[in-house]
Amino acid sequence: MLGRTANALFWMFRYLERIENTARMIDAGMRMALTRDVVASEEEWRSVIAAAGLRESYDARHATCTGLQAWNFMLRDKDNPASVLAMFAQVRENARQSRNAVTGELWEAVNDSWIQIKKLLARPVSEQRVGEAVSMIRQAGTLVHGAIVGTMLRNEGFYFARAGTYIERADNVARILDIKYFLLLPSLTYVGSSLDTGQWDTILRSVSGDRAYRWLNAGQIDAKRIVEFLVLDTRFPRSLAFSHGALREHLAALARIHGNECKANELMREADTRLSKIGIDDVFDRGLHEFLVEFTKMNTAIGLAIAEEYRFHA
Amino acid sequence: MSGQNEFFDEMHVGDGSIRDAYRDYHKWYSSKSAAFLKRKHRDAETSFRRTGITFNVYGESEAEERLIPFDMVPRIIDAGEWRRLSRGIEQRVRALNAFLHDLYHRQEIIRAGRVPQRLLRDNPAWLRNMVGFTPPGGIYTHIVGIDLVRTGPDEFYVLEDNARTPSGVSYMLENRETMMAMFPELFMHVPVETVSNYPRRLAKSLAACAPPATKGKPVVAVLTPGMYNSAYFEHAFLADQMGAELVEGSDLRVINGRVAMRTTRGYQPIDVIYRRVDDEFLDPLSFNPDSVLGVPGIMDVYRAGGITIANAPGTGVSDDKAIYSFMPEIVEFYTGEKPLLPNVETWRCADEDSCRYVLDNLAELVVKEVHGSGGYGMLIGPAATKAELAEFRKKLEAHPENYIAQPTLSLSTCPIFTEKGLAPRHVDLRPFVLVSPDTIDITPGGLTRVAMKKGSLVVNSSQGGGTKDTWVLKD
Repeated sequence: MLGRTANALFWMFRYLERIENTARMIDAGMRMALTRDVVASEEEWRSVIAAAGLRESYDARHATCTGLQAWNFMLRDKDNPASVLAMFAQVRENARQSRNAVTGELWEAVNDSWIQIKKLLARPVSEQRVGEAVSMIRQAGTLVHGAIVGTMLRNEGFYFARAGTYIERADNVARILDIKYFLLLPSLTYVGSSLDTGQWDTILRSVSGDRAYRWLNAGQIDAKRIVEFLVLDTRFPRSLAFSHGALREHLAALARIHGNECKANELMREADTRLSKIGIDDVFDRGLHEFLVEFTKMNTAIGLAIAEEYRFHA
Repeated sequence: MSGQNEFFDEMHVGDGSIRDAYRDYHKWYSSKSAAFLKRKHRDAETSFRRTGITFNVYGESEAEERLIPFDMVPRIIDAGEWRRLSRGIEQRVRALNAFLHDLYHRQEIIRAGRVPQRLLRDNPAWLRNMVGFTPPGGIYTHIVGIDLVRTGPDEFYVLEDNARTPSGVSYMLENRETMMAMFPELFMHVPVETVSNYPRRLAKSLAACAPPATKGKPVVAVLTPGMYNSAYFEHAFLADQMGAELVEGSDLRVINGRVAMRTTRGYQPIDVIYRRVDDEFLDPLSFNPDSVLGVPGIMDVYRAGGITIANAPGTGVSDDKAIYSFMPEIVEFYTGEKPLLPNVETWRCADEDSCRYVLDNLAELVVKEVHGSGGYGMLIGPAATKAELAEFRKKLEAHPENYIAQPTLSLSTCPIFTEKGLAPRHVDLRPFVLVSPDTIDITPGGLTRVAMKKGSLVVNSSQGGGTKDTWVLKD
């Protein structure tokens, strides 16, 4: 496979993951904002923008932050290169780049979704339409994942695509956790009392983890347990541990196909050992922020090692 | 449909009856309800948009990808007619390759005074780097498209030869796929020659032209200028169907005397490259130094037998419109036979007498730029306004050598489906030919292009033309 094609597959699924996470964050933000007064709701949307890593570009263009402004910025603003619309265009471009490395069904899933999303986001998204928009975007993600898992040959292309999904997921979830946690910090000092349960609920919703968490914890909102769930629980498909477990498997498959391990596999092992040895108390002792910064750095290093080993660039 | 139609109609005879080739199809068509046909007509468009069969139009930034309109009524050719056409096409393609070999070697045809020296001297497609070099297998134009038009029952003309990089074959294939998906029962009743093995035939034909440096099974790659090129869909489609890599200039590098592509396992040599990049951009060391679409040094590798480039660089010298007018002489010179397929009568405006005739009869003629393509920069006299004629006259007077003129042909029509039923539209035909050292392989049928606008004679997709599935009936 061409290095350029591997790169396109990898990024196609990184963008797709980021799109899905953006939609989830909007969804969580809406729920939160609905239960707030106007001022608090603005704060909530600002934290959504921050969690999506868009604070700087947003602040450069807007002074206020209503829901309408926030989700339109995240979904379709021409000045936001990380809008859902711009990123889906990237998904499709990458699919076009790697058109002869993907199945017809995968291409059609991407192209169909693109046609719909482009139409959906052609004009500003009102309060009445935002729910529909978010669910359509999530469905597009589900459709594309279904198409790749259900139809694609388990060759290196498949594993580059899957590696893209999990490396991006690990990055996004770590970032959401870091930024939200930072905002919640004051309330953590009140151990066991008046936690802002609404805020924690938002975090769970941002990663579609609210149901799963409730099953496991009988509805008890507990900061430590939530962090443990999102960082260490290997059963939850969007946790850091799960994402890195999956990433490790896919990188191992690539090493098998190529007949040799590379620096990415080595880094992966290192990251894995760290994560498996650590308990939730260690995380808090060391400081969650420090832990997450280190995790993200490692995640980035793995991404760079993949690009280098498999000659993504000339 | 009546006898008032002044053009040859592919389906209907003047008295309202149906030509033999269309009999089975027409019977089927007549048995279908208007609602069924309308629904299928809409389905076709959706299906094309979903599979992403689009082309990009230069100069349209907003709607960057457009669909080529597809018409669901096939154009049908019977077996005997196709055999006659095939013979003529084969003869022409043989002559084109012999002509190219001669031009880059002894130039016998010029010495014999049959083609003037100036046509070479003034031709931007002429490549000095090719002089004295014989490509692997002696083939210059591996993939050829011969544009044919029809004006009467037995009157076919060659309108144009496409010897450098003919495009459109993916539409031929997808049109058939779409037709088979929409009307499976039709193909059970009507015996139609298959076209879907074209990519396999192309791969085989290219592999048969592998260079001396090839070890083992030849590695074939398709070189595309990239996804913003108007024919990118076709490049990707063909690579996919052939099981070949689709490469861009940035994927390639010359290593140890071979052209190699950057794969996830490192650089791997390519034996045959089916390039869809123009000569000028192929090698920045030999041609346009600013090109990023090509491979620095590929021409040296080529000349040393390290790679086959299809079609060969410098092939364009044989298919421009000034050379076209000499094709009857060229066919005769190299085959010793009279051309089986006639040329359209052509006035070379470089000749003073011809130019005067053209200027005197501008309103009746079609005038084309010698080096133009895609229907850009041409004048259709009968359809032009007075102002357009006057403007064109000025251009023609300033640079007569840049133009040729032809009579406005009475192109045959073939019905298309409209909301109001069948309606005649003008068509042409581009059969696709594969050339390897042992065989000339013509895919039955080709691409029928159709002017979707009533009365229009321009079938180019860049000018709003559409396409049809083309059937060659089995014996």
